[in-house]
Amino acid sequence: MIAVIIIIIMAVLLLAAAIYSVIHRDLLFAVLGTGIVSLILSLFFYLLQAPDVALTEAAIGIALTTIIFIITIRNTTRDEDEIIDKENEKL
Amino acid sequence: MKKVLVIILLVIIGYFLANTFINIPFGENRIGDINAEKPTAAGYYLSNTKEKSKVANIITAIVVNYRGLDTLGEVTVLFLASTGIASVLYRRKEEEEETERLSLPSSTIIRSGARVLFPIIALLGIYVFIHGHLTPGGGFQGGTIVATGFLLMLISYKGFNTNHNRMTWIESLAGLTFIFLGIWGLIADNTFLGNIPEVGKLNSLLSGGLIPIIYIAVGFKVAVELTGILDILLKIKPKK
Amino acid sequence: MQEEFNEIFLKYHDIISLGVYGTAIGLILIGLYAVLMKKNLVKIVIGLTIIDAGIHLLFIGIGYINGGTAPIFSPGYEDAAKRMVDPIPQALVLTAIVIGFAVTAVALSLVIRLYKHHHTAKIDQIKSLKW
Repeated sequence: MIAVIIIIIMAVLLLAAAIYSVIHRDLLFAVLGTGIVSLILSLFFYLLQAPDVALTEAAIGIALTTIIFIITIRNTTRDEDEIIDKENEKL
Repeated sequence: MKKVLVIILLVIIGYFLANTFINIPFGENRIGDINAEKPTAAGYYLSNTKEKSKVANIITAIVVNYRGLDTLGEVTVLFLASTGIASVLYRRKEEEEETERLSLPSSTIIRSGARVLFPIIALLGIYVFIHGHLTPGGGFQGGTIVATGFLLMLISYKGFNTNHNRMTWIESLAGLTFIFLGIWGLIADNTFLGNIPEVGKLNSLLSGGLIPIIYIAVGFKVAVELTGILDILLKIKPKK
Repeated sequence: MQEEFNEIFLKYHDIISLGVYGTAIGLILIGLYAVLMKKNLVKIVIGLTIIDAGIHLLFIGIGYINGGTAPIFSPGYEDAAKRMVDPIPQALVLTAIVIGFAVTAVALSLVIRLYKHHHTAKIDQIKSLKW
């Protein structure tokens, strides 16, 4: 019974984090949402009896993908519609 | 107008996907009997790994031994990605002389903590890819852990520089080791990447023939490549 | 312990299968929406990452067997080969995760290069600037 509740909670968290990551306007929070999707996915892989895949997803998806996205945001805009950055430039 | 069309397309795709996967029941045993006369592919891998390769981790045996050419292709894709990033973000030397990574100095806690943590993280990564045939792990996981340790040092210290010459040498030697082990298998056993006949006993460190040596080479290559990618990306100057 | 889990899986079979397959298909559709509808380049690459995550979950979900265990031999349990889950999808997903990361890294470096040239990261303004 506990197993079914845990799987349902994790599935709902996964879909909620993915929707948050797509909809939100500030790009830094969207990237953190992608990191949370990778984290819960790694736990899902462990519950489906695949420890090698869980290790690989945890090492690559959480650490490296997030840092590459943050470096890209540092060199491009932070806001999705680029309104705040243009105001800063004018000032 | 575009939003309505996209949502209709997504509903159609979702309906067809769900219709396909209703007919694949979750958790049904599709391997069949693994000791039968003509087993399925998964049945053959499950029943013959212990005698033929004497490797405790079946995923390692599949990735390195039975499907070794796919691992060679994956190592090639990582190498091409590293070269592609270096060539897209290429900067001529006369544009900017001084490249600095950080704009603000780190605090004392980060600097002293990173110096303590870096050898421990590197040791954990090397442990993971040396014991790839006994515990879950292997070359790709261990190489990524070592690259994360290097990333910690690159962020905390302004003067920490990686030697590009040495990294190129290590990467080339590791890649050549993989190819030469495959050619040795071709000469000795008549198959590319074939395993040598003398393998040790199960669950000890020296078991599995050529499999741990190949994974060690892959681990070094992946660690050095990912460190190179992160080093190039951190040196871009944001234009303000 | 193993018999209890088998009973639970047989009783709530529909919920669990809906859970795993439905989540994976939901992730694919959410990522596809981000790729088709959003204008910012970084958002499109985030959508590609989420599609990858959904496909990997779908693969591992197919290879699961009720009451199965992880495909690793432990000392003392040498005859566990009859009760293991399917090892082939796990080997394929291992390669796919690394290749997905390589594609993401090259795509983001192209985004940085495009921003430095056009000074904008939205695709409808890049289309209107002729070279």
